[in-house]
Amino acid sequence: MSPRLEDKLATFLLYILAALAVMFLLAIIFILLNAGIRVININFLISPPKAFQSGGGVGPQIANSFMILFLTLIFTVPIGMGAGIYLSEYAKENAITAVLRLSIETLSSLPSVIIGLFGLLVFVTTFGWGFSMISGAMTLTVLNLPLMTRITEEALRDVKRDLREASLALGATRWQTITRVVMVSAIPRLITGIILASGRIFGEAAALIFTAGMTSPKLTPDNFFNILRPAETLAVHIWKVNAEGLAPDARRIADGSSALLIIIIIAFNFLARSLTKKLYKRLTGA
Amino acid sequence: MKPKMMDKLGSFFAFFCALLSVLITIFILVFIFFKGIRTFTVDKISIFHFLFSANWNMENQNGQAGALAFLLGSISVSLLALLLSLPLSLGLSVFTAEISRKIGENFLQPVVEMFAGIPSVVYGWMGLSILVPIIRKSFGGTGFSLLAGGIVLGIMIFPTITSISVDTLKALPRDLREASLALGATRWQTIKHVLLPAALPGILTGVVLGLARAFGEALAVQMVIGNSVRIPDSLINPVHTLTSILTMEMGNTTWGTLWNDALWSIALLLLMISLFFIGLIRFFAKRRVFR
Repeated sequence: MSPRLEDKLATFLLYILAALAVMFLLAIIFILLNAGIRVININFLISPPKAFQSGGGVGPQIANSFMILFLTLIFTVPIGMGAGIYLSEYAKENAITAVLRLSIETLSSLPSVIIGLFGLLVFVTTFGWGFSMISGAMTLTVLNLPLMTRITEEALRDVKRDLREASLALGATRWQTITRVVMVSAIPRLITGIILASGRIFGEAAALIFTAGMTSPKLTPDNFFNILRPAETLAVHIWKVNAEGLAPDARRIADGSSALLIIIIIAFNFLARSLTKKLYKRLTGA
Repeated sequence: MKPKMMDKLGSFFAFFCALLSVLITIFILVFIFFKGIRTFTVDKISIFHFLFSANWNMENQNGQAGALAFLLGSISVSLLALLLSLPLSLGLSVFTAEISRKIGENFLQPVVEMFAGIPSVVYGWMGLSILVPIIRKSFGGTGFSLLAGGIVLGIMIFPTITSISVDTLKALPRDLREASLALGATRWQTIKHVLLPAALPGILTGVVLGLARAFGEALAVQMVIGNSVRIPDSLINPVHTLTSILTMEMGNTTWGTLWNDALWSIALLLLMISLFFIGLIRFFAKRRVFR
């Protein structure tokens, strides 16, 4: 075959591949949402699951997912930001920094089952917190710390040097410069990062099976904020319905829950995008 | 508080947060190591037996803690996933970086990103409700199989490999392309003989990251792979993986029994393999010339 013909053929095939890939992927999403949307109604969204009968909902699981997300962010955001600030503003190129980077890289690449088992060992058993919301949230904190650190570091690195120098020249201390100048101008990127990380936290299940548990009590005002109660999340519920599957309409529940999970995560993404645009406009006056 | 004092406290806080990641990493390694070696130190099972026997029998008194079937299961399902996703990933990244950046950036990348954001249980559920019945009808068996696991994992790791390959190809200097085209090479010849070889270390980083992800993925695989303790011998038979046995059995065992200890040893094995992959990624990342 002549090189020119081969070039044409390869280009053609790559176009076909790209088109097929996009269609295939969109078809999967469509099938998933299509099967699930029929299931989602008010009753499904607020009523508790039923173990042996059909017609159960996922109300407590949705609430638990948001509670665990919220708790996780309370821990992850300050610690991750602190570490990100250190790496971007203080760290020198030395052995300590190399060890720091190696640890963060290792932590971010470990499988989530391993982090979950660590949570089981430390929070559930050693600390005696049992299968609980707090055990789950602490485990997810460990899981998301590296991501949060990287998001902060990258956001801060993109802030122009001039800003820092101007602030320091005006007599501000380093910490004042970081908190009142650098962090403020990085806000849009930090917020996007936090929301995108939230999507990941929301969908995580493997690390929660061993830590937040696979059950949830009926939620009442008394136990709702009790961080020591078990708290099965939506993602864990999808897994459990299939693994144990005693409800006769397990298929319906999993269809609905999967679609719901995807919709919430897509909503997070849109939120991140639109919020960033708005904040960026306000901060830059553009 | 005085600004100077605050300045000191602030830098200390930042350093402490960074240090926490190091401490947590060390804790994870130490905790899982000491829990994982109990099978060998307390229960006196030989490491040789653990690694090279597929005899996993925990129901009776003299338990057999051979993990070979799980190890082989993990290896075969990950390699299968890689085999399925690599051509697709490479094709899409070449398309995005070299053929049409416009279509690539406007259509392909958002779709790929969307797929990276789908939670693994949802992939597992799709595999279970759509893929498993298809395999059952076309190849027989129950449909729960190595093949189902490989396909689901392949779809899961393809965004990882694609986005890293795209980044690497885009980072290649223009000179490479221009020199090759100036010598009279066609675009395809340039891609095949110049750009892909130059991007190889970056692509390999992506491949290892994908493999590491496939190895460590737990729930999606467990949902479709059938979970039966056997040496993988056919694409349509059910198998177990290191992660699937952990998710299936860890909750049912009593603390301190051989069964429980052996599961922690499997966790340790998985941890070691992950560390190996992390080392490999660092190795390839260092060899990347263009980024």
